[in-house]
Amino acid sequence: MTSHSLHPDTWVDQYADYLFNYAVIRVSDAEIAKDIVQETFLAGLKSAKNFKGEAAERTWLISILKRKVIDHYRKINSNKGKAEVRMTYNSSVDSDGDWLEEQVADPYSILENDGIENEELGAAIHNCISKLPKKQGQVFKMKTIQGISTEDICNELEINPSNLWVMIHRSRTALMDCLNQNWFNI
Amino acid sequence: MISCDKAAVICNKAQYDEATFYEKVKLKFHILICKACSVHSKKNTMLTSLCDKAKLSNLSEKEKEEMKNKLKETVS
Repeated sequence: MTSHSLHPDTWVDQYADYLFNYAVIRVSDAEIAKDIVQETFLAGLKSAKNFKGEAAERTWLISILKRKVIDHYRKINSNKGKAEVRMTYNSSVDSDGDWLEEQVADPYSILENDGIENEELGAAIHNCISKLPKKQGQVFKMKTIQGISTEDICNELEINPSNLWVMIHRSRTALMDCLNQNWFNI
Repeated sequence: MISCDKAAVICNKAQYDEATFYEKVKLKFHILICKACSVHSKKNTMLTSLCDKAKLSNLSEKEKEEMKNKLKETVS
């Protein structure tokens, strides 16, 4: 088994987006997700000496992040009564069957799967982006995810538009290959 | 007729809705006669739809800088 080591200096650059994406799906609030990622990094630093090198850095950070997400829900639910599970029997006209039967999930619904699949897809895409050269990844993220206009990106990074389109082209081609291997061939 | 390189640039622009009408017409004609570009264009569109579907989100560079600074403060 290969042993892993920690490099906290590179954490933000390498994993912040991945962790943020993971967190934002679970708490559905960008501000809270940002705080959780920050807390994760801090907690990671604090317990760095407990890191045994058995897992990859990212896996280890994700496991901390998961605890932080759970803590977040515990905190907002700690007010009395909020944690109660409420079930109401809905006696409207169209519910004439068995109470229990109506609580069962619809076996033909594929909506739940969609959510999980999209989440995994997001992780796969972020994984592929992190393999791109830094500049290309940066341009791709600004353009595709943040939706910044071509002009603004050119001004901020001090490049010209044709330069930008070349970088976009390279990153898109690389991403297509990467997703082909990691997403479509599972 | 436009070259494949030019077609690729227009194709990428089209993914972000930044291609002009004239450019799109040129691209369509090119795709009609060029098999490779037609495949590439399909894949490119697929990538766009995947990115949309995944509802990607990330942190801005500024927010990352702030994070780094906070981390440094705790270390020292």
